[in-house]
Amino acid sequence: MVLMQGNEAIAYAALDAGVRFFAGYPITPSTELAEIMSVELPKRGGKFLQMEDEIASLAACIGASLTGVKAMTATSGPGFSLMQENLGYAYMTEVPCVIVNVMRGGPSTGVPTGPAQADVMQARWGTHGDHPAIALCPSSVLDCYSLTARAINLAEKYRMPTLLIPDEIIGHMREDVTLPEHVEVVDREPPHVPPEWYYPYDDTGCEATPLAPFGAGFRFHATGLTHDRAGFATSVPAEIDRCIRNLMRKTIKFRRDIILVEHEHLQDAEVVVAAYGISARAAQAATATARARGYRVGFINLKTVWPFCFKLIAKVAETAHAIIVPEMNFGQLVREVERAACGKTEVVSLTRVDGEPIVPRQIVDAVTHHATPGGGS
Amino acid sequence: MARAQELNPSELAHEYLRQKKKFPHVWCAGCGIGTIMGAVIRAIADRKLDRDRVVMVSGIGCSSRMPIYVDFNTLHTTHGRAIAFATGVKAARPELEVIVVTGDGDAAAIGGNHLIHACRRNINLTVVCINNNIYGMTGGQASPTTPYGKFATTARYGNFERPFDLCALTEAAGAAYVARGTVFYARPLEKLIADAIAKKGFAFVEVISQCPTYYGRFNELRTPVEMLYWQRDNTVNVKAAAKLKPEEREGKILTGVLADRDYPEFTELYDKLIAELAAKEGK
Repeated sequence: MVLMQGNEAIAYAALDAGVRFFAGYPITPSTELAEIMSVELPKRGGKFLQMEDEIASLAACIGASLTGVKAMTATSGPGFSLMQENLGYAYMTEVPCVIVNVMRGGPSTGVPTGPAQADVMQARWGTHGDHPAIALCPSSVLDCYSLTARAINLAEKYRMPTLLIPDEIIGHMREDVTLPEHVEVVDREPPHVPPEWYYPYDDTGCEATPLAPFGAGFRFHATGLTHDRAGFATSVPAEIDRCIRNLMRKTIKFRRDIILVEHEHLQDAEVVVAAYGISARAAQAATATARARGYRVGFINLKTVWPFCFKLIAKVAETAHAIIVPEMNFGQLVREVERAACGKTEVVSLTRVDGEPIVPRQIVDAVTHHATPGGGS
Repeated sequence: MARAQELNPSELAHEYLRQKKKFPHVWCAGCGIGTIMGAVIRAIADRKLDRDRVVMVSGIGCSSRMPIYVDFNTLHTTHGRAIAFATGVKAARPELEVIVVTGDGDAAAIGGNHLIHACRRNINLTVVCINNNIYGMTGGQASPTTPYGKFATTARYGNFERPFDLCALTEAAGAAYVARGTVFYARPLEKLIADAIAKKGFAFVEVISQCPTYYGRFNELRTPVEMLYWQRDNTVNVKAAAKLKPEEREGKILTGVLADRDYPEFTELYDKLIAELAAKEGK
């Protein structure tokens, strides 16, 4: 067992899962990641670059990834805003990489040292155009480790950028953790065809078309323009349609493989608390307290924020009287919960935007307000 | 490759083109970019580079369409960011030859910060910056190299911002190799690009090009030929310039090799660090 900080756990998970390239720019509260990577990567034959800004950081990661190297960058809200341009490029060109956004208060410079969970919608819709999104949200230091490895593996498997969005508390919190002895590592699928048959954007129906590394003889073209299966720009409506649908397909067809949520006491729950990140810790504590007082409360930890677990929430909405969604923002993911609940149950948004965490008592109060004392049976 | 050496210059260019369906190209009649593409290809052939190991990276704009047509590993990126992408490619795999093709708007406006930091970092890239003094793809707006007093769709009363001297900029920022060529002198340009590729460190080649469709039309240079003669008459090689009287050099743009210096190269330094750390670990 070791005492470890969230950001540290993310860095070591990345190294253990095979990340060998990191390009970043200093920004609170993510800077520990760049600092650790600058020390540890060259020891492992990897490369660390401190770039001139966050735009260049993600650009360099995409360039490195195209040569077959697993790449990562880390930032916070303002830097994540700058990365949106090349994040879209990575979605469009289907280049794996991982972006860690340690969330702080916004908009703009906001509260650099204060925590928030206000980039949840930016993680989904921050870059222009239709695109898929995979965003994982750790609620403990151990989660930081395991979800980082998962984000890297999902990026390689589905050939797309993936996001890890811890809040500042999770990033800076120290906890005792026992790291797993073995980390599952997914390596990039190489093409199984000779170069003359290779189409980098072919529609195979699989998770993703294999991505040939630059320098291996495949000499393909990557562009941010909407492209055909060979990777060249197209303005043919049928090819544009195919390009976009192929991107979106990943998180629709394979959502069951991607979505990871944990839940407790849903069977008898009258009220369900759905939360993520540090708010999930408060929710878990609040659930235990409320249950000890005889309230039938359930708890969902949304470790995968995107794609959203619509089916689970829809099912819960059939039986629960209310779903409580505590978030350190003005109510972002609650909109998805409302969409999934479809009016079948009351959806309660608990918010906090003062740079302080949501505390268990706030959730317990909401639970006792909406649930029947003594179980209601 | 042996075959490539036997071909005449235009046949040689064909050897490296993606012929299957990528043509006709997007460039206007009289545009200088095609000539420069020929020079880049001949420089690559001259350096005997294995095309599997060549990565051509570009940003957005007319010049940045070049990678589409050439049979290398090609990366058409976001506006201004080509050098940042290329930095990632080169840092991750120093054995690849990474050539960036960019324009004046792409490299000096939106990408200006990436340009100067790549110079400072001295990473072994070759940047060919095609300077036609205007934003061509969006229809003729003023760029950071539009000369003072010249016209563009966003400078209808004459441009009153001073233009960047991109070679002075990159030299000051620490590029190992800085050169300027013209479309008119296409064969000497080829040599400058070949030398830039051979140079260990950040190499920057500015190419003075012509955009007859917009820049020429707005600025009383009515034909591509007139624009090419302008290049001939308004440039002087830096070696020849040394022998001219100050009044003869007045207003002339210097061409040729403007800076050629040896600084420690980024990927070599990094690989050295990795080797040192590995040796320490082994002890």
